[in-house]
Amino acid sequence: MPEALLKVQNLKKVYESSTGSVEAIGDISFTMGRGELVCIVGPSGCGKTTLLKCIAGLLRPTSGVIELDGKKVAGPPPNMALVFQEYGRSLYPWLTVRGNVELPLKHKKLTRDERDRLIDDALVAVGLDHAAKSYPWQLSGGMQQRVAIARAVAYQPEVLIMDEPFAAVDAQTRADLEDLVRALHRDRGMSILFVTHDIDESVYLGERVVVLSKSPTWVQEDLAIDLAPERDQITTRALPRFTELRTHVYEQIQRAKRGEAVRPTS
Amino acid sequence: MTLYTSTIVTPRPRPRAWAKFGESVAYALGLPIILLTIWGVWSSVSAAPYFPSPVVIFEAFIDTWVGPSFFEDVLPSLGRLAIGIVLAVVLGIAAGTVIGLVRWLRELLEPIFEFFRAVPPPVLIPIVAVLVGANDLMKLVVIVTGAIWPVLLNTIEGVRATDSVMTETARSFALTPSERLRFLVLPAASPRIMTGVRQCLSIALILMVISEMFFSSSGLGYQIVYFQRNYLIAEMWSGIVLLGLIGVLLAVIFGFVERRVLRWYHGIKEVERA
Repeated sequence: MPEALLKVQNLKKVYESSTGSVEAIGDISFTMGRGELVCIVGPSGCGKTTLLKCIAGLLRPTSGVIELDGKKVAGPPPNMALVFQEYGRSLYPWLTVRGNVELPLKHKKLTRDERDRLIDDALVAVGLDHAAKSYPWQLSGGMQQRVAIARAVAYQPEVLIMDEPFAAVDAQTRADLEDLVRALHRDRGMSILFVTHDIDESVYLGERVVVLSKSPTWVQEDLAIDLAPERDQITTRALPRFTELRTHVYEQIQRAKRGEAVRPTS
Repeated sequence: MTLYTSTIVTPRPRPRAWAKFGESVAYALGLPIILLTIWGVWSSVSAAPYFPSPVVIFEAFIDTWVGPSFFEDVLPSLGRLAIGIVLAVVLGIAAGTVIGLVRWLRELLEPIFEFFRAVPPPVLIPIVAVLVGANDLMKLVVIVTGAIWPVLLNTIEGVRATDSVMTETARSFALTPSERLRFLVLPAASPRIMTGVRQCLSIALILMVISEMFFSSSGLGYQIVYFQRNYLIAEMWSGIVLLGLIGVLLAVIFGFVERRVLRWYHGIKEVERA
């Protein structure tokens, strides 16, 4: 196991409202090593987004500890970047593609040249160097999500967190974007925490798949994906091992939905 | 793996730009020309003393406003109008941004705003005149107290309605407060702010005229009232025409600024309609 980068310990989140309190997350613990690509998958409504917002420092957990790089997360950590599902609402339409990628870098202590290099490099990495001067709303959904990814890449985070980033794009674009995420992980060694409701996607992308139970959520299984690091949409998905793994995760999700899995009492 | 999945939508270049320009000028001037013609024909037939022909009004316009009166009445009025608008817009956006961002301040102030905006500013003229004297400052106070409301209230609404995902994006990338203001809050509110500014312009013009009708001895509003009281009918009409022209000028300047500030906004609308 590589050096631990992100540690989530006994995380619990209860939403208080006037109609009573809702326990969204019961007790989640897992660790993610540096340079890993971990997928989190769970039945719908299991608190995936809540978990991410807690990790990103956007929501305060009710109890439990989140540590990034040995430091406790109390607010949004500077060495973390987020890619949201709603790309249309996460990019700023009054800025160009380049402006959007540049914005988070403005307050980093960088020279003009360094900043330009980071932006150009990130745009090339996502294949959008030809669209730098366009506005996000002039681009298709898949391209807009690439801009959001480029913004995160240029920010040079220790960990990249993606919240169901491809849920709103069509299947073909989705396959391209999945390969883009694999490429970022493989070529740049980026540590990526990828949340999805798509079982195939989690198995195809991840080195590990963390299966969540239904709400109040706990970690039902932490599964290592023993597929080769070089993956391909056609051959990898046709492998018997891929089918086994996805069937296994699928069964786990079904058990989670029915509430059959029993939470270990630790 | 293909990276270049689709093309970029770019606005189509407009062919025959000049023909299009000529067409829009014809549309803009067509109705005024027709109305003037009808007016001219009608006034030459009926000879009503209060409705002189456009030619007489045009002559009165040249005699009245081209000359010393331009510097003594028109320019000072325009100056007060311009300063009043700038103050109303700047103060409205500044106060609106603060109030829009601070929840308790908003809840504290909004009921009071409803009261104050309902008070017609002209009724404040005697009070303000007593407080600051019958001078330019009084006129500016009247213009600003009336014209600030649409800017202020629209800015509050616009700032408050900033998209939650955009705000979370700014938080997660740890944007500084000044970056957040400049690159998120103000641009996000700019469509609403511009709506407020548009209303602010017409209110400011009305209040410029009204503020000069009391305790004044110069200015456009003063002159128009003076002409009315002395039965200088053609001159009075020429003043009204001048006010209309100022209104058109304001609309043109506003349109120019709005197209630049809200280029992205109109672009999105265009893409959505396509």
